[in-house]
Amino acid sequence: MRQAGGKDDAPVREAGGEAARGEVAAGRRRTYAELLRWDTALGVLLVAVLLAGAGGTEGFAETTNLSAALNDTAEIALIALPMTLLVVAGQVDLSVASMLGLSSALAGSLWDAGWAFELIVPVCLLVGLAGGLLNGWLVTRVGLPALAVTIGTLTLYRGLASVVLGNKAVADFPETYAQWASYTKTVPGTFVPYPIALFAVLAVGAAVVLHRTRYGRAMFAIGAQEQAAWFAGVRVNRIKLVLFALTGLTAAFAGIVHTLRYGSARADNGIGLELVVIASVLLGGVDFNGGKGTLGGAVAGVLLIGVLNNLLTLNDVSNEIQVVVTGVLLIVSVLTPRVIAVAGERRQRRTAAT
Amino acid sequence: MAQAAPAGAPAPVLALEEVTKSFGSVRALRGVSLALHAGEAHALAGENGAGKSTLIKTLAGVHRPDSGTVLLDGAPVTFHGPADARAAGIAVIYQEPTLFADLSVAENIFMGRQPLRALRRVDHTAVRDATAALLRRLGVDLDPERPARGLSIADQQIVEIAKALSFDARVLVMDEPTAALTGTETDRLFAVVEALRKEGAAVLFVSHRLTEIFRLCRSVTTLRDGALVASEPLAGLTEDDLVRRMVGRDLDALYAKRDTRTGETALEVRRLTREGVFHDVSFEVRRGEIVALAGLVGAGRSEVVQAVFGVDRADAGEVLVRGAALRRGSPTAAMDAGLALVPEDRRQQGLVMELSIERNIALTGLHTLGRGGLVRRAAERARAGDWAARLRLRFDRLSDAAGVLSGGNQQKVVLAKWLATEPEVLIVDEPTRGIDVGTKAEVHRLLSELAAEGLAVLMVSSDLPEVLGMADRVLVMHEGRLVAELPRAEATEESVLAAATGRTGAVRRTEAAALDGEGTP
Repeated sequence: MRQAGGKDDAPVREAGGEAARGEVAAGRRRTYAELLRWDTALGVLLVAVLLAGAGGTEGFAETTNLSAALNDTAEIALIALPMTLLVVAGQVDLSVASMLGLSSALAGSLWDAGWAFELIVPVCLLVGLAGGLLNGWLVTRVGLPALAVTIGTLTLYRGLASVVLGNKAVADFPETYAQWASYTKTVPGTFVPYPIALFAVLAVGAAVVLHRTRYGRAMFAIGAQEQAAWFAGVRVNRIKLVLFALTGLTAAFAGIVHTLRYGSARADNGIGLELVVIASVLLGGVDFNGGKGTLGGAVAGVLLIGVLNNLLTLNDVSNEIQVVVTGVLLIVSVLTPRVIAVAGERRQRRTAAT
Repeated sequence: MAQAAPAGAPAPVLALEEVTKSFGSVRALRGVSLALHAGEAHALAGENGAGKSTLIKTLAGVHRPDSGTVLLDGAPVTFHGPADARAAGIAVIYQEPTLFADLSVAENIFMGRQPLRALRRVDHTAVRDATAALLRRLGVDLDPERPARGLSIADQQIVEIAKALSFDARVLVMDEPTAALTGTETDRLFAVVEALRKEGAAVLFVSHRLTEIFRLCRSVTTLRDGALVASEPLAGLTEDDLVRRMVGRDLDALYAKRDTRTGETALEVRRLTREGVFHDVSFEVRRGEIVALAGLVGAGRSEVVQAVFGVDRADAGEVLVRGAALRRGSPTAAMDAGLALVPEDRRQQGLVMELSIERNIALTGLHTLGRGGLVRRAAERARAGDWAARLRLRFDRLSDAAGVLSGGNQQKVVLAKWLATEPEVLIVDEPTRGIDVGTKAEVHRLLSELAAEGLAVLMVSSDLPEVLGMADRVLVMHEGRLVAELPRAEATEESVLAAATGRTGAVRRTEAAALDGEGTP
């Protein structure tokens, strides 16, 4: 079936000889290219870093440390899931950390006012959903670019967070919930804390959506060539709107996780986190221009940045240097595929010349 | 009356000699020569795709010829870019001028070369006075201080011409400047151009309106398929002579339209209007019929079919598929009703180039390829493989990006992705543009077979032989309106082109046919 135009191409009238030889050569090249796939390479790199850490850094391989290291990435990891889908669809949301802060501030303020925590959570999630819908509405109905819209709402949501809670800090959240979010309590028999266990489940779901459903197919098409997707009957605006809404919702949930993990609700929680999330996603090989990437790659990107930060902390490297390392990684991740592509083109040109 | 006699003049101001230019495998210009003389207006005629734009861009320094020479005052020159051509005194006025909307008329004219005062400050008074002087010289009443935003296209062109004057252009090239102008605006433009010509400028004028060519110009160069047909004085020629030079091809046996029995109406378009783009377009397409929508580029054909399919929103009117009205502005509704559109622009609209062949083919049928939103890969691959085989697609793997295929094979993928939806009405917009002759014949045979099987086909095409060879009926658009409906027997290159260029005699005759065919409300 694959070779519809292949060997038994008697009915095809175009001169096939030369073209066919070229196609075979292209096929062989592609096998190497698949081995060099960015997300595969990143997975290998992650394993290497883990092994090196276990061998070279004392205390790294201890389960308590691994639990803590994993849990430290919880918010980033959670938000990275819808962010990956957004970026694949050619969009981005820079307001996620502000939404995290707003959710945290709101939770603190309501807790302070004596609300039941069971009621606070759905309210925060609704606010996140509304914030995401606002982003999506501005992008799809008003037609503004996602970057511009979410730079605006980045400021707006953070401002609202300050309005809600001022510069207070609210603590003393119920112990059961705080325990749930803590790295000290893990899924029985493993070193996986609950927020990360939840993330793992959601990651599988997101991977299925992106790589196995028609919505995922549509996201890739929108990101790669929005007009062609629209011409093929893809409901472009609806999909974008839903993705922004999901991102807002997840960011608000991450705000609650953050609040519980640190036992502190503050308006300035998670400042700058959006950049780490996007850095992780891009490091995971998701193309910022849309249309390319895998969810597995993005997860590997999140874990790699988390593990590296943990290793650097264990080795007493300062926070500032950690930020520099993240920055360098990001540049490398953006540059490397380009370098590979350019090298590939050169090789192709050489092949064509001979 | 004061036309400088080119016979006595030594060298043309600007000339092309044996210029050849190819884009990939497409030979846009094949050994074309052209001479422009001071004080003379010369016309450039040819069908869509004859190479006129390439020639103009070569003069403007946008393209460099593959072979042949550009001569300026008889000496060979090489333009490394539009700036070089402008420095040589060549000004090009395009159909739709590109002014900075938020800058004033004066600032637009002197953009980048404003007169300066001390400390490199722009001398606004000098800019304004110089602009006022230019506009006076052109005899037009425009405020130099007003912003370019909101100027009519005619006024924008005047601004472009003033800009050309300001750097003492000796050659004025105008690419279909009158396409968007009213009668009076055209008169004013011609008066300005005539004045410049008398001052000694060489003018190259491109227009599909033959009457304008005869009105403004003294000689004409005709191109066909990138080659020079004739370069001659207009005196003694008739419009029909010119049309014959432009089209004069033999209809080859490429077009294999079978005679089919037409069935009931599959697609009906009633008074469809999109403000400023097309107006009051009504027609119908029956099962088993191939209807061609002909016209010049910019006549609004693609816009009509895009509104029919719902990717653009119509402002008024209805589209009915088998009697049921479609929701406006919804491609999904159109697809559900059995419409399919193979769009004009493969790269932007037809395919997602980065995605694989199979994903592109699957994109139109995602809801049928699995359950509950899940896509079954086997079904996806089967659909793609099936259609690839039926259309004799040449490919290496179905997982290859669509972008690696040749143009003709890409077009087959677009056809596959739409035929896989099993449409009732297939709309194809320029189905064979930019593809090789072999694939072209395959596409024609395919369309013919599909019509024979009872599909209703609406085909937009700028390729006249294709229109005449394939269509059972030809609808002709001119400036956003349907101006003619010609049954197969009456459709000739002359009659279609006459209607498309809005020539009055032909329109009168064909308007009657159009009214008959539509049963006007």
